[in-house]
Amino acid sequence: MGAGADRRVDRVTAVPGGVRASARVLARGDGRGGTVLPVLEGEGPLAVRRTRGSGAEARVMLVGAMSGPLGGDHFTVEVHAASGARLRVGSAAATLALPGQDRTGARYDVRLTVDDDAELCWLPEQLISAGGSDLRVTTSVDLAAGARLLLREEQVLGRAGEEPGSLTSRLSVRTAGRCVLDQELACGPGAPGGWDGPAGLAGHRAVGQLVVVRPEFAGEPPEPRVFEEGAAVMPLTGPVALVTAVAADGLRLRRLLDGALASLD
Amino acid sequence: MSRAALLVLADGRFPAGGHAHSGGAEAAVRAGRITDAASLEAFCRGRLHTSGVVAACVAAAAALGVDPGELDRAADARTPSPALRVAARRLGRQLTRAARATWPSSELDALASRFPKGAHQPVVLGLAARAAGLGAPDAAYCSLYEGVSGPATAVVRLLGLDPFDATGVLARLADEVDRAAREAVGTAERVVTDGVGVLPARSAPLLEIGAEAHAAWPVRLFAS
Repeated sequence: MGAGADRRVDRVTAVPGGVRASARVLARGDGRGGTVLPVLEGEGPLAVRRTRGSGAEARVMLVGAMSGPLGGDHFTVEVHAASGARLRVGSAAATLALPGQDRTGARYDVRLTVDDDAELCWLPEQLISAGGSDLRVTTSVDLAAGARLLLREEQVLGRAGEEPGSLTSRLSVRTAGRCVLDQELACGPGAPGGWDGPAGLAGHRAVGQLVVVRPEFAGEPPEPRVFEEGAAVMPLTGPVALVTAVAADGLRLRRLLDGALASLD
Repeated sequence: MSRAALLVLADGRFPAGGHAHSGGAEAAVRAGRITDAASLEAFCRGRLHTSGVVAACVAAAAALGVDPGELDRAADARTPSPALRVAARRLGRQLTRAARATWPSSELDALASRFPKGAHQPVVLGLAARAAGLGAPDAAYCSLYEGVSGPATAVVRLLGLDPFDATGVLARLADEVDRAAREAVGTAERVVTDGVGVLPARSAPLLEIGAEAHAAWPVRLFAS
């Protein structure tokens, strides 16, 4: 994670016009069927807490200790599930992208790494793009051939009755070093024309994806299918299934994603 | 470059099977999202700036001689819908056949034997442009224009839309097609030096969801 890697916990570095903050989690098997967290650190707006897990699984919660990201902020989260780890990461609340005094946009970068014989569930709450905000999110996932992953990302465009801010979100997934998914969604003011038209979101104000990686999908990929005309389960090349969903609001989106996920079991 | 060769490749009657595909318009019409010329225009604009620009960058990069295998994998990663991947490969196979007959080339021969089930259509389009003595801008324009003219033509059949209105939509998109073509060529030149990772990955959620819904219909007018 570059320059931020050795930064101490609870120290926030202000960059011109914004806050630069990072969080890091490293999980690995303890050799006795449990999961240990040799690295669990966050700072400023990205506090991380270990919460009660179940069985072999360790649970970590991202706790927003400040509002944001605001314009000019740059947040980075790195999670590495090493061999033997069963790790579930959630967030205590939705992330709200807000306009800042800085006219440059905000950035939120997520880097997930999952080794062989490791499982990561990355299940943060929604990202809400408030009116006037400008945020660029990148989520980059590196998986070993035998890794397991459940990733959910949900974007809600604007708070109730509000026009959305500018939001660009890129999601890329590599399995065994090979890129199997690379997708970018741009919405809101400044997005290329037609983003809210009949090919893009057509007035839907919530959009989300699940990435489900299971080694057994390599031999037996899930059948493609559509739910309520608003969600599709799509097997990718490699042991990966993608669910893409659009809905009127965040609640309906979650219901669609939950239903699609249940259909994979 | 030969301007006439560009017209041959860009001609909607070039026998490469494109007329059988609606570019997602059939699903959007059925879902009630395309109902008239204005919504057709919004559909085409959204497609142009997402999957359209990605395809144009791939086509332009192939025209510049970037490795077709790498471009094909990059296109796969940017096409999560299996229905759209199948359609892209089917169209690629048909275009390979037509292009080899029209502009014999060892590169197209090699592509055909490397991808017996077809490579992604924009990869083939770029190599067809090379074989025809055309360049990256020509490949980008062909790809972008095909990406909007396909849906426009299909909607004339699907909705009974006035063909003059459909053509008007294409004329109004011309400036955006020009800009997208310039962007695609610039990106393709960067692909030559920096690799396929610099290709854009813009996506349109309802194109993907609609394509999967469409593929499951028992009866449909268009293949995709």
